[in-house]
Amino acid sequence: MNLVFDQNLILSLITVGIVGAAAGYLGSIMVLRRLALAGDVLSHVALPGIGIALLYNLNPFLMAFIFLFASSWIIWLLETKTQLPTDALIGILFVASLATGVMIIPNLEKLGEALFGDVSEINIFDAILAVLLSSAVFIIGAKIYKGLVLGTISEDLAIANGVKLRKINLLFLVLVSVVVALGIKVVGTLLMGALIIVSATAAKNLSRNVSRYAFLSTTFGLIAAPSGLLLARGYELSPGPIIILVGVGIFLLSLFGRR
Amino acid sequence: MQETLLNVQNLSVSFDRNKILDNLNFSVQKGDILAVIGPNGAGKTVLFRALLGLIPYSGKVNWRNNIKIGYVPQRFIVERDMPLSVGEFLDYKKTGENQMINTLKMVGFHVHDEHHLFHHLLNQPLGVLSGGELQKVLIAFALLVDPKVLLFDEPTTGIDLGGEETIYNLLKKLKDKHGLTIIFISHDIHIVYQYASNVLCINKEKVCFGPPHEALSAEELKKLHGADVGIYEHSSHH
Repeated sequence: MNLVFDQNLILSLITVGIVGAAAGYLGSIMVLRRLALAGDVLSHVALPGIGIALLYNLNPFLMAFIFLFASSWIIWLLETKTQLPTDALIGILFVASLATGVMIIPNLEKLGEALFGDVSEINIFDAILAVLLSSAVFIIGAKIYKGLVLGTISEDLAIANGVKLRKINLLFLVLVSVVVALGIKVVGTLLMGALIIVSATAAKNLSRNVSRYAFLSTTFGLIAAPSGLLLARGYELSPGPIIILVGVGIFLLSLFGRR
Repeated sequence: MQETLLNVQNLSVSFDRNKILDNLNFSVQKGDILAVIGPNGAGKTVLFRALLGLIPYSGKVNWRNNIKIGYVPQRFIVERDMPLSVGEFLDYKKTGENQMINTLKMVGFHVHDEHHLFHHLLNQPLGVLSGGELQKVLIAFALLVDPKVLLFDEPTTGIDLGGEETIYNLLKKLKDKHGLTIIFISHDIHIVYQYASNVLCINKEKVCFGPPHEALSAEELKKLHGADVGIYEHSSHH
């Protein structure tokens, strides 16, 4: 192993740590609501946004967020207002985005960054943005978490008990879009879904109540992302895939502790 | 003197231009046990949703001012690996642990070593409870805020609540001891005769309303189920 703890590495560790934790936290809700695959698909939708940002020299995070939010809002609308088969529509949205994104993004190197992430050039502003937005995700997430869980068990029960389900569903989509847009920088669009799913699935194996589940899922994200980054740096590997593999390792270990 | 808790006038509900409920009129007095019966797809659950204000409707649903309503939805499956404990579930009502434990006793969780066992129950994941236990926890959830009316969507018959207790004995006890007014949906005509003070039969529109022995004539039942099949035979298959 050959590690130099320079400013860049420390900023990268902070960024991937907080984004990993936020992804784990929101992922715990995604997995409970059986939205794991939807999250996976959603992250690809950012690709055309990143492509446009690269073409016109715009902020890639912002464009990714706009594309993510717009498409999750469309899915939300289709789900609540029509009887169309949502899973098929999400599938079409996914391939359409992937195809468009690959076409728009100007060169292979940039495409690789978008698909698999790139934390080598994280600067202080990226780190501050990640910390601020992730904190917002935790604060808002904590307010709507219980309502979302109740809505997962029974929508009628949730609404009858004053949970504004439609509103918090939409808010939840905004939070997911924020975290995915942040995470794309870390692990890329292809692997972002995994960052969301893997911590939560491991935590679910080890939890009998919601507070422990949310705590473990967040913690696993917080551990997996920076340790994956360190491993990758030490052995000169690509960080995105290593972060996900560390997460998968935690998941495999959690199988032994299944309740 | 009778006190009207609920007055429903010209209640209609439509989804996508399909009429689900058509022009219902009825009222509920304090202390009533009202059974809502009707064939599958008659709109019973939709009626509950309208009474609770969960869906849009036309017509009038007037509850007595500031009345607290407890709602027990149709029994649903909680997946075994759902990481939500009984205590966390009941905590949605924010009543504190003492109230939780008292309410669990009220719905018939009887244990000897009280302190230890109740804490055990509160830490159990919802998904590992038996059908009867889950049903009781759902009733406890509805009762936690001390409601005056309980809306109960299909109390499941044949569910083992432990001992000789049936869900209907429990409901009757709640009515007698705590002065609850109860509205429940049922398929089982025997239960209606045995426990209900009033029955509302619907099949999109109101077919009958009144005390069971008066309201449920052979004529009405035929109209309700649309066939010559005796409802006595029909219900024994459930």
